[in-house]
Amino acid sequence: MAKLTLDKLRVLREEQKVVIERRDTSDKSIHVIVGMGTCGIAAGAKEALNVFLGEAYTRKMENVVVKQTGCMGLCYAEPTVEVKMEGMPDTLYGNVNAIVAKKIVDQHLVGHRLVNKHVFDYPARDIHKE
Amino acid sequence: MAIKKYCLVCGGTGCETGKTDAIYRGLLAAADANGISDDIQVVKTGCFGLCEKGPIVKVLPEETFYVGVSPEDTGKIIEEHLVEGRIVDSLLYKVNNKKIKFYQKQKRLVLRNCGVIDPEKINEYIARQGYVALEKVLFELSSEEVLEELKISGLRGRGGAGFPTWLKWKFTAEVESDKKYIVCNADEGDPGAYMDRATLEGDPHSILEAMIIAGKTVNSDHGVIYIRAEYPLAIQRLEIALKQARESGLLGDDILGSGFSFDIEIRLGAGAFVCGEETALLASTEGNRGMPIPKPPFPAVKGLFAKPTVINNVETYANIPLIIEKGGAWFKAIGTEKSPGTKVFALTGKIENSGLVEVPMGTTLREIIFDVGGGIRDGKEFKAVQTGGPSGGVITKDYLDTPIDFDHLTAIGSMMGSGGMIVMDEDDCIVDITKFYMEFCVDESCGKCAPCRIGTKRMHQILGKITSGQATMEDLQKLKDIGLATQKASLCGLGQTAANPVLSTLKYFEEEYLEHIRDGKCRSGKCKDLVTYTIDADKCIGCTVCARKCPVPCIAGERKAPHVIDQSKCIKCGICFDVCKFGAVIVA
Repeated sequence: MAKLTLDKLRVLREEQKVVIERRDTSDKSIHVIVGMGTCGIAAGAKEALNVFLGEAYTRKMENVVVKQTGCMGLCYAEPTVEVKMEGMPDTLYGNVNAIVAKKIVDQHLVGHRLVNKHVFDYPARDIHKE
Repeated sequence: MAIKKYCLVCGGTGCETGKTDAIYRGLLAAADANGISDDIQVVKTGCFGLCEKGPIVKVLPEETFYVGVSPEDTGKIIEEHLVEGRIVDSLLYKVNNKKIKFYQKQKRLVLRNCGVIDPEKINEYIARQGYVALEKVLFELSSEEVLEELKISGLRGRGGAGFPTWLKWKFTAEVESDKKYIVCNADEGDPGAYMDRATLEGDPHSILEAMIIAGKTVNSDHGVIYIRAEYPLAIQRLEIALKQARESGLLGDDILGSGFSFDIEIRLGAGAFVCGEETALLASTEGNRGMPIPKPPFPAVKGLFAKPTVINNVETYANIPLIIEKGGAWFKAIGTEKSPGTKVFALTGKIENSGLVEVPMGTTLREIIFDVGGGIRDGKEFKAVQTGGPSGGVITKDYLDTPIDFDHLTAIGSMMGSGGMIVMDEDDCIVDITKFYMEFCVDESCGKCAPCRIGTKRMHQILGKITSGQATMEDLQKLKDIGLATQKASLCGLGQTAANPVLSTLKYFEEEYLEHIRDGKCRSGKCKDLVTYTIDADKCIGCTVCARKCPVPCIAGERKAPHVIDQSKCIKCGICFDVCKFGAVIVA
C-alpha cells in the first residue's frame, strides 16, 4: 500500500465504509465470519474454518467469503461463527465444531434453513448496530 | 417453497427446565395445523441471556421478541403473527421498560471492534472511524488541548491502580528531554484475566493509534509494546498491524504528511508476573532482570533508559481514540462521577456464561453476574466473587449491590485490578482458593525484598497447615500479622497486595477458617485431608457401582450387600460420592 496523506486516508475511509456496509446488506455473496481469538482457536475454530474453506472449494461455491475476526466475548460458546447472506437473517452460531460447520454449509448456506441448537444471539446487538 | 420466517426458541439451561421442548413442539404443530410448516422454520437456540424473562421466542427476520411464553401461547404466535402478520402484544418484550434492557447493561467501547472487524485488515479498522482521532491530534489539536480533553474525560488507568491518565501524560509532556518513550503494558498476568489479550487480538490498531497520539502529545518518537511471549496470536496480529500501519504511512517518518514521526517496536516478556509492575517492566525492557525499584522518581519523569516515559495499560490506550474522537465530555457522561467510562471484565469460574463483558462503571456485581453472566452454573448457590486476581480480594453476597468502580472496590477490601472476575459457588473452599493465590505469589515474587519473598512463603505454609488440619489458633493470628507486615513493608505492588486475598477472606469468611482449625472440617469437601468418605450400610443396596468406579480400588462388598471403604487406602477422590445414586456415600 502506498503511503497515505490526510486526504487519501479520508477517501479510503469513505470507500471502506461502503465496503463494510455492503457486507451487511445487499451484497450477493455469503460471508462466513469465524471468531479466531485465542479462545476460539483453543476451542477448535481452526477446524471449523478448514471445513468452511474446504467445502466452499470442493463445492465450487465461489460466492462464499470466509473471514476471521477477534473474540466477541461469548467465550462459553466458542467457536463462534457468524453467517451473513441475502435472504437469511444475520445469524450467530455457537459451539461450532467440524460437524456443525458441515451442517451449517449443508443446511444454512445451501438449504437456507437455520441449524438447530446452535443459533446464539448477540450479547449486545444494539451496540453492534450503533 | 422457501423459508420466510424463523421462530427461535431459547434452549438455554434456564429455559430448558422451563418448557422449551413443549414450546418447540407446540410451534411445529401449530404451523402444521395452519398449513404454513413449509414457510417457517422453528429453531432451538443457545441462551439469549435473559433467563428471568424466559421462555423466550424470537421471530426473524423482524426480530420480534416474545417473553414468558407458555406452551399454550404457541398457537397464538403462529396464528396471529405468522399467519395474519399481527404482533402478539401481550407477550411482547417491552423495550421501553428500562429495567429489562438487558443488552444495554453492556456497553462495548474498548471492545467496539472485537468480533466485528478482521484484525488483520487495516482497512476494516479505518472504515470504523479508525485513525480519525489521530487526524485530529496531528492536524487540529495542540498538546494542551489533547491533555485538556483527557482531563475532562476523567480517564483513569485501567491497569488496576486507577491513576488519572492525563496527569501521567502531563508530567512527561512538561519534562525537557532529548528522548521520550511511550510504553504499552501488555504484560497481563492475573490468573483468569484475558481482557488485554482479546483487545490486542481483536483490534490491534486501536492500541497503535493511541500510542501515536500519546507520542505526539508528549513529543516522543519511540513506542514500545511490552507483551508476554505466551500471547503468540496477539503478537502475530500486532506485527501484522505494525507492518500495515508502516506501509500506509501511519507509522514511521512524516505521518500523513504532518511532519511528525513515530515508530513502535515490540518487546517480548518471558511471563514473569512482577513485570506487570511498571518499573520492573521497564527494567525488563532494557534487558535487565525484571525487578521493581522504589518510586519516586516515577517513570513519567525517569523511566525507560532513564528517560521520561508514558506507560499505560492496553485497555487505557484502547479508550484514548474514542475520547479524542468524541470528546472528553462524552466519555465523562458514561460510568460514575469519579470513575468515568467502562470496564472490561473476564468473567470466569462457576458462571453460566463465562466470557468478556464490558459494562459502564457503577454497574453492580449482581447485574454482571446474574444478568450478563446468566447466574451460577448448575443452579448452585453463589458464594463469593474474586476480583483483582492475586492482588484483590473476595466480595460476598452482602456486597453484590455495590457499584463497581475504583473507589467502591477498594472500600470493601478488594480492588479493580486488571479485571479478572472469578465466581465461586458453594463447592469452593475459601481457604483452598486463598492458598492457590498465595502459591501464585510465592512463585511470582521476584525475591528482591524480604517482606514479599519470605512473607508470601510463610503465609502459604500456614494456609497449607490449615487445609491439612494441622493448624492451631496461634497460626491464624500469625497469618494475620504476617499479612499486615507484608502489606506495609514490601517494595512494590506485588508484595503490598499479595496479602489481600488472605486479609479479605479472613474478614468475610473467618468462620470457614475456624471450622478448618477448630473442628477439622471443610464444608465444601475440597480439603481432602479433612474429609472422610464412608458408606451408610442402611442406604447401600449393593449395586457395586462405587466399587467398579473406584480408581484405587478400596471399596469392597458382595453384590446386593452393603459395601465398605478401606480408609487406609482411600485417596479421597470423591468419585464414589458422585456416582452413588442412593445417597449412601457420606462425606464428613
